[in-house]
Amino acid sequence: MKLSGLEPLIIGPQSNFVNVGERTNVTGSRKFLGLIQEGKYGAGLEIARDQVTGGAQILDVNMDEGMLDGVEAMTTFLNLIASEPDISRIPIMIDSSKWEIIAAGLKCVQGKAVVNSISLKAGEAEFMYQARHCRRFGAAVIIMAFDEQGQADSYARRVEICSRAYHLLVQDGFPSEDIIFDPNVFPIATGMEEHRRNALDFFEATAWIKQNLPNAKVSGGVSNVSFSFRGNDHVREAMHSCFLYHGIQNGMDMGIVNPGQLTVYEQINPELRERVEDVLLDRRDDATERLLAYAETVKGSGQIRIKDESWRELPIDDRIEHSLVNGLDAFVELDAAEAMMTLGSPLAVIEGPLMRGMNVVGDLFGLGKMFLPQVVKSARVMKRAVAWLEPHFAAESAAAGTAPRKQGKILMATVKGDVHDIGKNIVGVVLQCNNFEVIDLGVMVPPQKILDAAIEHGVDAIGLSGLITPSLDEMVFLASEMQRQGFTIPLLIGGATTSRAHTAVKIQPVYHGPLVHVNDASRAVPVVQKLLGAGADDYQNEVRADYERLREQYATRIAERRFASINQARTLRYRPDFAAKPAPPAQYGVFPLRNYPLEDLVPYIDWTPFFQAWELHGKYPRILSDELVGSHAQSLFDDAQEMLRQVVAERWITAHGVYGFFPARQDGDDIAVQTAGGERRFLTLRQQGQKAEGQPYHALADFIDPAGQDTLGLFAVTTGHGVDERCQQFKAVNDDYRALMLQALADRLAEAFAERLHQRVRMEFWGYQASETLSNEDLIAEEYQGIRPAPGYPACPDHLEKDLLFELLQAELHTGLHLTESKAMYPTAAVSGYYFGHPEAKYFGLAKIDRDQIADYASRREIPLTEAERWLSPLIT
Amino acid sequence: MHQIQEIARERILILDGAMGSMLQDYRLDEAGYRGARFADWPHPLKGNNDLLNLSQPQIVEEIHSKYFAAGADMVETNTFNAQTVSMADYGMESLVRELNLAGARLARKAADAYTTPDKPRFVAGAIGPTNRTLSLSPDVNRPGYRAISFDELATAYQEQTEALIEGGVDVLLVETIFDTLNAKACLFAIQDAFTATGKELPIMISGTITDASGRTLSGQTTEAFLISMSHMPLLSIGLNCALGAKDLRPYLQTLSANTPFLISAYPNAGLPNAFGGYDETPHQMADAVEEYLDLGIVNILGGCCGTTPDHIREFALRASGRQPRIPQTA
Repeated sequence: MKLSGLEPLIIGPQSNFVNVGERTNVTGSRKFLGLIQEGKYGAGLEIARDQVTGGAQILDVNMDEGMLDGVEAMTTFLNLIASEPDISRIPIMIDSSKWEIIAAGLKCVQGKAVVNSISLKAGEAEFMYQARHCRRFGAAVIIMAFDEQGQADSYARRVEICSRAYHLLVQDGFPSEDIIFDPNVFPIATGMEEHRRNALDFFEATAWIKQNLPNAKVSGGVSNVSFSFRGNDHVREAMHSCFLYHGIQNGMDMGIVNPGQLTVYEQINPELRERVEDVLLDRRDDATERLLAYAETVKGSGQIRIKDESWRELPIDDRIEHSLVNGLDAFVELDAAEAMMTLGSPLAVIEGPLMRGMNVVGDLFGLGKMFLPQVVKSARVMKRAVAWLEPHFAAESAAAGTAPRKQGKILMATVKGDVHDIGKNIVGVVLQCNNFEVIDLGVMVPPQKILDAAIEHGVDAIGLSGLITPSLDEMVFLASEMQRQGFTIPLLIGGATTSRAHTAVKIQPVYHGPLVHVNDASRAVPVVQKLLGAGADDYQNEVRADYERLREQYATRIAERRFASINQARTLRYRPDFAAKPAPPAQYGVFPLRNYPLEDLVPYIDWTPFFQAWELHGKYPRILSDELVGSHAQSLFDDAQEMLRQVVAERWITAHGVYGFFPARQDGDDIAVQTAGGERRFLTLRQQGQKAEGQPYHALADFIDPAGQDTLGLFAVTTGHGVDERCQQFKAVNDDYRALMLQALADRLAEAFAERLHQRVRMEFWGYQASETLSNEDLIAEEYQGIRPAPGYPACPDHLEKDLLFELLQAELHTGLHLTESKAMYPTAAVSGYYFGHPEAKYFGLAKIDRDQIADYASRREIPLTEAERWLSPLIT
Repeated sequence: MHQIQEIARERILILDGAMGSMLQDYRLDEAGYRGARFADWPHPLKGNNDLLNLSQPQIVEEIHSKYFAAGADMVETNTFNAQTVSMADYGMESLVRELNLAGARLARKAADAYTTPDKPRFVAGAIGPTNRTLSLSPDVNRPGYRAISFDELATAYQEQTEALIEGGVDVLLVETIFDTLNAKACLFAIQDAFTATGKELPIMISGTITDASGRTLSGQTTEAFLISMSHMPLLSIGLNCALGAKDLRPYLQTLSANTPFLISAYPNAGLPNAFGGYDETPHQMADAVEEYLDLGIVNILGGCCGTTPDHIREFALRASGRQPRIPQTA
């Protein structure tokens, strides 16, 4: 016989006796009845759980009580059990003498259950109808030895009824392995003569069934046997053990017992055992009297069962974790109270041990060691703890003279077309636990409904969830609608198919408001707090930068997969509006800037990369007040300021620069420039990674007019002269710190020089944007017209371009820079590049390119293919 | 014995691949989904793939034909969501019968066109899991709550099943089962549909492993799922969706070792990438599937999300001449 809950239970010839837990039976347990009558299903579940942890392999559930609505109670309790994976892992026995309760129960269990019981009591027609119905649900059935004449109370009647029922069923096609007989366990030692053989007849009938009715199993309600010893658990337990021992000897497969209350047969006091067996097996005429006499001597000495609650000895953190991981809510309030005493505030309990416990749950789920229903339960325990803590929040705020305030209002929804919301619910619970107000629109929510609700409730952020892949597109659509309808509130993306990459690549480009992918519930709270708290802008910028990096990486990876041919890519080149191209500069030619004043560069320094050079990650100036690294960053910054003053005042380094403008024309992927020595060509490379329809394949050449009459600018700057010498001096006195500091400052000054020169080019030297008023932040954010890409960087990774650039600028002469064999600039604090002035010129990443372009490039540059491959190797997959 | 069962003794049967991924290539917009007949329907209809049986039947038929041309023995009707529970999202409950009839007939037409005496082609009536769960509460705070009842679900399934049978499908395929109780309701409904139509068809059952723990969404292990679904004579039991071919293998082995029914497997083309797409090429996937053939654990083989006629062609090629699994006798 095979049964199942969440896990299989296979009962075969090799199996041991199967315990059916009996305590969730209102007819057999006053306590359980009381709980169900009072609607205390949660406590009822604890009894079920005790049965499972006590060793029950099947759980019997019975709601037959006149005062109960049995159908309702059975349905409710079985649905609740289905949400308790540590209970529902074992098969359910739907126990009732009322057919409508059985029928209702069958509709609530996904596993292969056992129906307890049906019988021939009301005749064959009804029996067959019920058996067929059970079969349609795949349930095994217990058949009570009961027929139109009444209950079988002898060996012969038992055999007669069981045999008849078996053959009726098997002839109808009912699987014989799904048939279980209950040949009636009746009380013994009642003092009545006709009860003397009650147990013995049961054993013998069991043996007959097992021998004569293939595959059929035998079960029985064991506690009936000791009915006359109610109140004397010691004797009752011994009787149960002995009954089972002999039942099993005769082939009994399973029994309804209290699994936590079985004494081991071998450990029963031999005298007691003998007297019990005398009764069971009807061995003596005075067996009953002898057992009663023994029972008098041991009254009230029933064993007290100890649950394994050793985990209660653990430290408070571990106890809370235990409750969360195991989904136990019995102690979590107690523990939360204790933790609050120690930690001093309810919030500290949530953010501390409770969140840590949920993180463990998240980890175990990720590892496949917990599964979804268990996680849902953990969330419920969490919620319970928080509910207990909540009044204390209020008390705390009242004491502080402030009203309890929500941290913010979050709208959550599973997007249109998707029904999965368990993850969303968990996030919602965790957010609520952290004092956020959550407005949950449920599942399958159309985009406009989400946006309307967001406005109606004045929410602070929207959280979207989805599990199936089409939901990804729905999220993109919703984000674009948010943008179109002018939303600026944070958007959080979550759910199993979502990813940081998708959020970065597909959603961020269409929504310019704050956007974060939150991959698990435990991260939701810190993310939302950051998004809504002080310093939100910095956090958003960090995330944005992170996503931009991801987009680049993605572009690279995509390119690895599929390429457009270079011809195709050229056809689909970017075509700006050349009517808008900038006017030519007043004068073409090359213009050196020797000994450029350092004072003029200092305001243009971008400090964020300076801190990165010291491996302090964070945006300037926020990093100076960062909780973790702020003080470190501040002292570093103070030192840098100090040295910078010296660098400028004492002319530690010399800044030289040069720029030039040339008449230019786009020719294929080349930019042809007119020089005194005739036409020369810059070779640009074109994106080839497969793009979505309608998206262009960029090359820098696209920003220059193919009709000519256009301008290409070039520049090279350095602030590196003097750095090495000074660094040598520092190192000579083992002052590596100052040496590093100077190098870092020189690098920053070179970038500042490039920034400042670009500004002056736009405003004065080329002059296409004379009236620009941008702050340094705006400059850092590249909000000016035109670009200054540098060879070796993402838009133009080809370092060989520097040869022509240096030649045309006479850069060595004017700046003292020279190129190494591998085309690196020396001194290293240097920047060189192009100026493109077209308003549509944008930075882009070339990413990987295909072989056909490499070959094309080699022939354009007139170098062997192998050499081209060597220079462009990072671009080749 | 049904003709399909006879064929399954001789060789591995090839099922088709994804319908959804193929539809994406047609890039239908809202208007495309609506067609002329539903131009004024009050609900948004984009994404209602089953509706295309009525609004773009030529596309659905063309996809079926592509799979037959690629070597499939059997295609699934485009009726995964065609029951009242799912169609309520589009206000299309009243169209369920028509959707299934049309879906069955389109597949039937394509199958008949490709049928030869040597190679009969079959139609499996696809019955999806709906968007509700009978074993799980959608409300974390009310674990006893259920968004739908067994009877409601069974009624919806019965309507769908009867229409599929009338439309002329050869087999019923209850697929992508994430909650076994839903599937039980479906089997229950199928029996009523058999009684109502007076026609009995072979039944295929296909579950879905969703958790890293190797369980269904409703928490069952593969073996528990098998036990819970074995109370009717099935043509086959198997797994589809959620996992790629490689990851599905251990669970198929479990099924194969424990059932007298045929085993079906139609995995996804790998796990979805970050963008919800599927990357495994026909070759890569066929390599993983070849392991099933070596182990002798499948009888019916096809593809789920992300698979294309090219995948199916490759499967057919690799499976041809290979021994099908020999089911253990009960």
